[in-house]
Amino acid sequence: MDRGKRILITGVSNFLGLRIAKRFEDDDEVEAVFGVDLREPSVPVDKLEFVRADIRSPLIARIIDSNEIDTLIHTNITSHPSRLGGRSQMKENNVMGTLQLLAAAQRAKKIQRVIMKSSTAVYGMGPKEPSIVGEDHDNRHAHLYGYGKDCAEAETYVRDFARRRKDVEVVILRTQSLIGPTVRTNMTDYLSLPVIPTALGFDPRLQLVHEEDAVEAFGRATHDAPRGIYNITGQGVVFLSKAIRMLGKVGLPLLFPAAQAASSVLRRVGTVDFPPDQLQFLIYGRVVDYGRAREEFGFVPRYTTEEAIVDFRDHRDGSLGSQPRPAWARELPGLLEPGTGSKEYA
Amino acid sequence: MQNAANDNVIRLDARREPRRCVATTTSGRPCRNNAVDGGDYCRVHQRPGAEAQSTTSSERPISDTELVDRLVDGGVDPSAIEKLRAFMSRRLKGDYPIDEFGYDRELTREILIPLIRPLYERYFRVRTLGVSRIPNEGPALLVANHSGTIPIDAVMMQYAVTTEHPAERVVRSVGADLVWTTPFVSHLARKTGNAVACDEDAYALLERDQLVAVFPEGFKGVGKGWSERYKLQRFGRGGFIEVALRARVPIVPVAIVGAEEAFPMVGNAKTLASLLRFPYFPITPTFPLLGPLGLLPLPSRWVIEFGEPIDMGQYPQGAADDKMFVFDLTDSIRDRIQQMVYKGLKYRGGTFL
Repeated sequence: MDRGKRILITGVSNFLGLRIAKRFEDDDEVEAVFGVDLREPSVPVDKLEFVRADIRSPLIARIIDSNEIDTLIHTNITSHPSRLGGRSQMKENNVMGTLQLLAAAQRAKKIQRVIMKSSTAVYGMGPKEPSIVGEDHDNRHAHLYGYGKDCAEAETYVRDFARRRKDVEVVILRTQSLIGPTVRTNMTDYLSLPVIPTALGFDPRLQLVHEEDAVEAFGRATHDAPRGIYNITGQGVVFLSKAIRMLGKVGLPLLFPAAQAASSVLRRVGTVDFPPDQLQFLIYGRVVDYGRAREEFGFVPRYTTEEAIVDFRDHRDGSLGSQPRPAWARELPGLLEPGTGSKEYA
Repeated sequence: MQNAANDNVIRLDARREPRRCVATTTSGRPCRNNAVDGGDYCRVHQRPGAEAQSTTSSERPISDTELVDRLVDGGVDPSAIEKLRAFMSRRLKGDYPIDEFGYDRELTREILIPLIRPLYERYFRVRTLGVSRIPNEGPALLVANHSGTIPIDAVMMQYAVTTEHPAERVVRSVGADLVWTTPFVSHLARKTGNAVACDEDAYALLERDQLVAVFPEGFKGVGKGWSERYKLQRFGRGGFIEVALRARVPIVPVAIVGAEEAFPMVGNAKTLASLLRFPYFPITPTFPLLGPLGLLPLPSRWVIEFGEPIDMGQYPQGAADDKMFVFDLTDSIRDRIQQMVYKGLKYRGGTFL
């Protein structure tokens, strides 16, 4: 390649966007990184030029054109209705945002690659869903709500885009819930509760991806992934009951309707933003297969689900631990509020 | 179609008892496997210095059931208590491995299997025939008849293979959605190695060289009335045959006799069933008459027979796409299991005594 990649990251102030930008700091194949978001990133990043903009505004098209962007990394999809001021705002951001971003990208001649952050939530959950879900699983029969539905709809726009611009490599990464010392997700909030509510008589399998592995997956996909859809997850599963024991916590088994009530109370007081549609997780869980990402672009997670939970448990306070950490993660104590992990959601 | 040329198989000769292995299992009971030809031990216990298999050997890992036995016997061994404590604290800390499907080997083998033992040996007095016809390794698909209102036949079959098969293989049954929506049942089913009844799970397990069991009759089988006992219901749409054909794994037909009388369903309260969203609501001579006590199965005698494996490799590559062929093969396997059921009924003799 005669010159390095010029990358635009949407949602650059979110956990994932910011960490991906940091990962490119010492990546020689990357020439410039541009980031858009509504808030400024909380830490400075070399190479990053931040533009305050809404992805739904026409400004995006100009940013893409004038900066000769060739790679678009779209991470501006959120699972937290309360952060954006309600479910309808969330849908507006996730679905309409993706639609308008892609409309802008479709005209940009220089675009060569689009990477979209999606979620394994698109597979839905239920008693008939396979124990291990592959990328080709037909989710037509899944009842999707909220975040999962947003992701599925946003994905259809990305696929339409891929059909219209056959010259662009379009990659969709469906990530499992992130966990780790600095990331904040629904899952980390849930597992940080002093007493963890569970559904009586059910013990779902938990499969998580470590934050560093998720960032690395995006880094690799930026350079190497052939067009397609890939699951991104850590290896292995643990039962929720075991995760609770590993964290040294106590589970509180509730009858499922009571668990639903508990979740709405917790959401109202702002402790945990566990959307009601994700509650199905307490019964069925969701496990996916990442074999395709391993074969196609060499994604191999460094942490198993179990190790990720251990890392989350032991280094949430900002200590680094003995594991060699990538450059962006070494700055992690500075990113942390003591004891609570990062402010930014993934 | 019949793959008869399998020399390793023990002929199903009605009352002939094959020689049993003389070793003692890890749980301190006599091994129930058949001894290999010309030897005293089965394939599991047959290794150099197998005589050292005595219960006093200190190198052998001590199972928790044995520990409990010893503690109860009064022979309190301080190291045994220490090991029991270590086992308990490991379980409590969550320091045990499971596979991606959620199969918890330790929990199944050390705790649940011993709990089922009295039910299998004393209550139903299960006789298992031809278990060594199941290949010692590699993928295979067990196809069994389904009956008895509550699917305990799956449990008994798993127990039979786990304890009596030379390689002590684990059976991974695939269960319908009712299993996965029922509290407690769902996570026990996961932890004992079962999976969801869908093609994806069957393929995924077979790819991992597992022994997968299907009950193609489904609810039509477990929920059929007393008058239809031992009459096999329709075998779904033959999906399992397609899976076996595409994965090119052998099919082992299985006949389970005895489950019908354990919980004879004389009536079906359909309104109540649809109210509770159950596929059926059983009425038996004891349930709901005796309340929860009526859920206790009757002590029928059981026979589980594993048939000759049917090689799927003998059919051409595209056979799975030929619907007519799949239907015919499905029918012939159903027929074979039906014949095995009749034979098992004859072999069993008295229903309860």
